[in-house]
Amino acid sequence: MTYLAKPRLHHPTLACNAIGFTRRDYEGKISTLCAGCGHDSISAAIIQACWELDIEPHRVAKLSGIGCSSKTPDYFLGQAHGFNTVHGRMPSVLTGANLANRELIYLGVSGDGDSASIGIGQFVHAIRRGVNMTYIVENNGVYGLTKGQFSATADQGSVSKKGVVNADSPLDMVTMALQLGATYVGRGFSGDKKQLVPLIKGALNHRGAAFLDVISPCVAFNNHAGSTRSYDWVREHNAAVNRLDVMPARAQIVADYAPGDTIDVEQHDGGVLRLHKLDAAWDPRDRIAALNLVQQRQARGELVTGLLFVDPQARDLHGHLGTVQQPLNTLSERELCPGTTALAKINTALR
Amino acid sequence: MTPAVSPLRAVNDFVVKFANVNGSGSASANELFAKAILRMGVPVSPRNIFPSNIQGLPTWYEVRVTERGWLGRRGGVDLMVAMNPQTWDADIAEIEPGGYLFHDGSKPLPKSKFRDDITVIAVPLTELCNAAWEDPRQRQLFKNIMYVGALSALLDMDVATLEALVAEQYRGKEKLLPPNLKALHLGRDWALQNLACPIGLTVRRADAVGDRIFVEGNAAAALGCVYGGATVCAWYPITPSSSLAEAFQKYCQKYRVDEAGNARFAILQAEDEIASIGMVVGAGWNGARAFTATSGPGISLMNEFIGLAYFAEIPATIINVQRGGPSTGMPTRTQQSDVLACAYASHGDTRHVLLFPEDPHECFAFSAAALDLADRLQTPVFVMTDLDIGMNQRLCAPFEWGESRRYDRGKVMTAGDLESGREFARYKDVDGDGIPWRTWPGTHPDKGAYFTRGTSRNPQAQYSERGPDYVYNMERLLKKFDNAKSLVPQPVIVQSGPPARHGVIFYGSTSPAMAEAIELLAGQGIALDTLRVRAYPFPDTVRDFIEAHARVFVVEQNRDGQLRTLLVNEFDMDPARLVAVLHYDGTPITARFIAGAIADALAQSAAAAKTAQMENVA
Repeated sequence: MTYLAKPRLHHPTLACNAIGFTRRDYEGKISTLCAGCGHDSISAAIIQACWELDIEPHRVAKLSGIGCSSKTPDYFLGQAHGFNTVHGRMPSVLTGANLANRELIYLGVSGDGDSASIGIGQFVHAIRRGVNMTYIVENNGVYGLTKGQFSATADQGSVSKKGVVNADSPLDMVTMALQLGATYVGRGFSGDKKQLVPLIKGALNHRGAAFLDVISPCVAFNNHAGSTRSYDWVREHNAAVNRLDVMPARAQIVADYAPGDTIDVEQHDGGVLRLHKLDAAWDPRDRIAALNLVQQRQARGELVTGLLFVDPQARDLHGHLGTVQQPLNTLSERELCPGTTALAKINTALR
Repeated sequence: MTPAVSPLRAVNDFVVKFANVNGSGSASANELFAKAILRMGVPVSPRNIFPSNIQGLPTWYEVRVTERGWLGRRGGVDLMVAMNPQTWDADIAEIEPGGYLFHDGSKPLPKSKFRDDITVIAVPLTELCNAAWEDPRQRQLFKNIMYVGALSALLDMDVATLEALVAEQYRGKEKLLPPNLKALHLGRDWALQNLACPIGLTVRRADAVGDRIFVEGNAAAALGCVYGGATVCAWYPITPSSSLAEAFQKYCQKYRVDEAGNARFAILQAEDEIASIGMVVGAGWNGARAFTATSGPGISLMNEFIGLAYFAEIPATIINVQRGGPSTGMPTRTQQSDVLACAYASHGDTRHVLLFPEDPHECFAFSAAALDLADRLQTPVFVMTDLDIGMNQRLCAPFEWGESRRYDRGKVMTAGDLESGREFARYKDVDGDGIPWRTWPGTHPDKGAYFTRGTSRNPQAQYSERGPDYVYNMERLLKKFDNAKSLVPQPVIVQSGPPARHGVIFYGSTSPAMAEAIELLAGQGIALDTLRVRAYPFPDTVRDFIEAHARVFVVEQNRDGQLRTLLVNEFDMDPARLVAVLHYDGTPITARFIAGAIADALAQSAAAAKTAQMENVA
């Protein structure tokens, strides 16, 4: 939430994308988060991803819950409608919004308190249903706005700023998303924009439930020695399994890598996800292998990052429900009301 | 057995109660019985009295046969069809003196199991069934239709009507028709040959049904949502509302599938009521008409979202099929006990629009109206029905819809409006009615976007913690709510004749019992004007009505007099003017109860007045 509007002046030499927008056109209000907050880097990555994908900002609907991360939709895509809902309940509101108009792009932003504690049920069920959305959890292991309590994703044994040791087992949202049937699952780090921007682009292009767990250190409450979500700790333990290029449909694909180093995954819209493998044994189209990889590396104290799983032919909730192509919010009496003749028949049948 | 009291005699005016075991297949036979009487032109009012159970526990079906058209529960039983040994003693005790007991006489019962002031009718149903069928399931099922056959003889019902109804029931499943007809006639023929038919209670063909329809309130509300243009339904199963969402699904399959087989609707069974209202709020924010159906416990869970929808001004339609509370309460019994919980739902200062349908006809009309009102007022609107209306078939006026009727989508600015340079400020009162304009997401590339939030903001939808911004908004919400008074269904006032000294206010499913009670009281020389509240906020006519009467009885089906509290609070009224008449044991309120309570109260106050007068004289 900010009191300050950003100046709208653009530098004349700023680059435009294919629809004539500069990166500034994808910005929102000035962030009121702490200087150095990982969440601001994620907002910047969202801005970059939308600009690179030539998305019209107003065709995005931004939804969030409550918390530091949930404030961020105000800080990007100022021409898009946003909805700061209630704590932990963004997924249901996004689901309803998506049912109303299937043509917009749905971006849900949440945090680990919002999605792993109070809202875990809604996270679970929105993923299960295959809602066509990009669901980003900005994961810092603490409650920032209420000043540093552990969240459910904090590692067992990690130490809070006040010196308390966390005794509870952590929830791993990537593992959960994989088990729940998410059809695009990745993990990023707010400190690695090069990796994060393509992960977001791939998610925005994906038709189905795309989930991104983005480790995002809290500079105020979880960036100290003993924390397993500090910038230093994450940099030391980050195990990136791939690099991703997101290529639009009909783009000329140039093979400039040795065969075996990359995997191309064609998306439903004809676009291609090109994965540069950093781990040779890795295939992101195998859900069970992804689960194994995450667990094995976690046991070694590593945080796996990259695109972990994708099902390019996924169906979404509208596919399951068989809804019409035309957005439901545009249907009128003509399509919706059965009329007086039908009602007369109904009355007759009830006598 | 010859009864010690002369047997009851009545034509088209008696109560039959079926005592069954849940899951024994009795429901369709009982409904057949009720519908046959209806087809003979005699109004009936049936009620399911059922446990929170799928199989094995007792269940009852009570049919009031009433040529006068009194559709409220009467109380008392004239003919008990006792098919459940578990509840035998209580069932026998419930029969009116001079009444009748119908039972399966296959096994002899000791004399102590009966009463000497009733007529006992024994039909060997099990014996007859066992002789006719081999399969144990069939033996059980056909016993039900067999007792309907026997009753048709005993009550002098038209057998051709019954046959026609059975044929309708098994249309498309013709293989099942002959055995059902056989069972019907086995029962009927046995009764005709072995018993004195008819008994003192008989059904005589009449013309008292007219063009009325016979339907459950939940189905009617669902159809109202189809006609009203709801495209998104999110719900979580809860008695007694589940059949509403299921009926919506059924009607949508029939009326909302396009030529290519695609659905012009989306129904989601959510993971809980919090998610179902969240989905409704999300869909409403994004311009679709959305509703949820629930009951008391669901309302409790939805509270936070209801506050968000009120404050962020998002249309949402919530159909509350009320049951007995608090907590799990009486999930299969009826009450009107969520009035305050809905009127003031959520933390902070809130007020919500409530509509109170009296029967399925109004369930249809008010559900469609709620969708319009929610869009017009940009706020949650509750349709406050209950189990008695929702889960029982009720005779009511046919559904109506104007061919030229258009949906009122409220104040929505289009891309064209924005392009033409019209000012957009999401929370500004530009028209003086407290209702601001809104835009749907995705409307325009660079105009009309705003950030929706549950926190305070200024009229331009920018986050603000300034006191004046907050107060402006809260005052505007109040103005909007006040404005709703003229948009909601207006109260129905019935004058008894010359202005009566006392009045009655009632609402919802109390309606049929109230009409009958007024007649009972008139018979005792007590004249009362009545006002049926159909919505909150209360139009000023409600205040005028109260002020025009010395005292007003407020008849409700809850313990605490919730509507009375709301009236006192909203009109800042002397509570002594409003006398609570409360029925809340989970059974539908009866005319006998209302008339008794009001007559007693008036007698007491007359006696008190007399005492006071005598003391003055002394």
